[in-house]
This record gives sequence, structure tokens and C-alpha cells, in this order.
Amino acid sequence: MMTEIEHELRRRAPRTDPVPDLSQAAAAAGLLDVAFATLDSPLGTLLLATTPRGLVRLAYVDHEGADSVLEQLATKVSPRILAARHELDEPRRELDQYFAGARRRFELPLDWRLTHGFTRRVLQATANVPYGATSTYKQVAAQAGSPLAFRAAGNALGSNPIPIVVPCHRILHSGGGLGGYTGGLERKRLLLAVESGQPRLADP
Amino acid sequence: MRLPPFQTLLDAHGRDVHRFLIASVGATDADDCYQETWLAALRAYPRLHDASNLKSWIFTVAHRKAIDHVRARRRAPVAVGGEPPEPSPAPAAPGGAGLGDDDLWARVRELPPKQRTAVALRYVADAGYDEISAVMGTSEDAARRNVHEALKRLRTEYRR
Repeated sequence: MMTEIEHELRRRAPRTDPVPDLSQAAAAAGLLDVAFATLDSPLGTLLLATTPRGLVRLAYVDHEGADSVLEQLATKVSPRILAARHELDEPRRELDQYFAGARRRFELPLDWRLTHGFTRRVLQATANVPYGATSTYKQVAAQAGSPLAFRAAGNALGSNPIPIVVPCHRILHSGGGLGGYTGGLERKRLLLAVESGQPRLADP
Repeated sequence: MRLPPFQTLLDAHGRDVHRFLIASVGATDADDCYQETWLAALRAYPRLHDASNLKSWIFTVAHRKAIDHVRARRRAPVAVGGEPPEPSPAPAAPGGAGLGDDDLWARVRELPPKQRTAVALRYVADAGYDEISAVMGTSEDAARRNVHEALKRLRTEYRR
């Protein structure tokens, strides 16, 4: 049973609101290996994560879940992960501009460390497909050095850790079919529509 | 070693660590201790071997920072040629009104260090005796005794 003094200790315990922010000091001390922030976009909430090298991850929160993305990053990159909006100012600004139709090319640095081998080559070939254009699984497979591996190229694109910025939505089937997309086909359709000059994403 | 994202730890315990430090070193110095605590934890985190009790771990770090801080404080402001000032507990206001809101925890800060820490862990961080003993490196019995002794003292003053 809780005595009166215990009750008073709990009731009068020090309060804090808000707690001091740590992320700036952590970044200044070189202890922030992964910084993340969310961004509200016309395609839903995006989770962005950066390392000191560059943007390492972009995820559709409704598809992957923020917790599971952060857990993957803890395992594959580093557990030193903090929410730090200021570290993601540039990616957020470029993405906002992109969604507003005011940017056709991302200039932010990328950290490719979550990709390897053939997958990385496929994604780097994909990164060179310009705004408004499309390519095919076969073509990017060829550019990655394995013209026959178009199925594997599809898997590589499906595992794209940085969609939108690495524009895997611009890769279609040779026959013109839409193929697949990490964030769901509806999003692929929307991104392609916007880039081909059709109605803005922000419009209903 | 699978470690959760550090932010998870901060979300779960950041607030209580800050409150624990306010209770331990006072509101003025709590922010500095808080930052030192979390930066030290962040530095050591990837090398951590046991993630089974992260709450005890982070409060252990906070506890050490609070001790360092109190020691540094004690060393710093010694007047030349003078005696080190004796901390004199302020007597409770006479008149039987009991202690005010701030006074109760101000009184906790004047308890012997082990009692103070044990009380802060228990009533700010809602720590069990197992956690208190892990943070303070004592037995569970000692943790229980420290809390018990502290309550006895506080009760005497509170009733006055």
C-alpha cells in the first residue's frame, strides 16, 4: 500500500516540458550516424533518413511502417539513430519542390550503402533516367551488365531503398505494362502522370 | 547484438531521465547533465553487449553524470583561504503547514546521496528495487533500505 509520503513524492515529483533537444549536439559531436524525419507529401507520409554521406533511405510510411524501417536501419547502418529534422532540410526542400512541379532533378547527395552488386548497378542506371522519360527492366538490366537479367532487375528495383529520388517509377515493362512499385501501383501511376505534364499531384 | 534505434530509448526514457536529474542536481544544472548523459550513452551504445535492460543502463549513466556533477560543483567554488561551505539544510517553515511543493523535493536533495538517488529512481522514474540496485550497484535489500530510511526521515519532517 502506498503511504501518504509516497503519494506526495509522486504527486510533487519534478516535471519537464519539453525535454532539451539532443540531436544538434549529437550531430556536432559526430555521434549521429542516422538522422530521420518525416515529410507530408501528396503521396502520403514519407520517412527520410540520412547519414553524413547523404540520403540513405526513403519509405512510404503506410507501406513499410516507420518502426520497422528504423529497426532495419539500426541493424544495417547503425543503431545511433535520432529524429533530427534539421539534418534533413535539404532532402525535404528538394522533395517539396519536386512535388510542387518546380524540380526535375534531385541534387542531394545519396548514400548507396544499403545496395550492393547488381542491385546497386541497376539502381544507379535508374538514377540516370531523366524526368518525364521512362526506361524498361530490360534496358536497366543491360546497363547493369546483364541484359538477360530483367527479372532480377525487377527485384532490384523492388528493393530500392530511396524511391522517388532514385526514380524506379520510371522503369516499365518492355511491352509498356506498368510493372510493379514499392509504394503500390497507384503511386507509380501518379508519379508518371505528374512527370508527363498531367495534373499536379496536389490536385485531387 | 541487435540494438533498437537509439531514438526508441530516448522516447521511452528521455522525460524521466530529465526529471531524475532535476531531482538529483536541481533544475538549473539538469539540462547540462541531461545532454552529457545522452551523449555519453550515444557514444557507448553500439558497443553495448546486453540490451535486456536499457532502462537500468541509461539511468546508470545519468546517475554517474549526476555524481560527477555534484563532485565538480563541490570542488569549484572554494573561497580563497576560507572553509568549504557546509551545506545547511533549510529548516522547514514553522507553523505545522508542512512542506510546500518544491520543498519536499528540495529536502530530498539534502538526503544522504544514496537515499536521494534511491528515492528519485523510485518516485520519479518509477523504478523497481531490482532496477534501483542495478543502477546503484547495490543489493536489492540495500536499495529497499535506502528508500525506507529516506521515507522515514521525510515523513518526520512532512508531519511537522
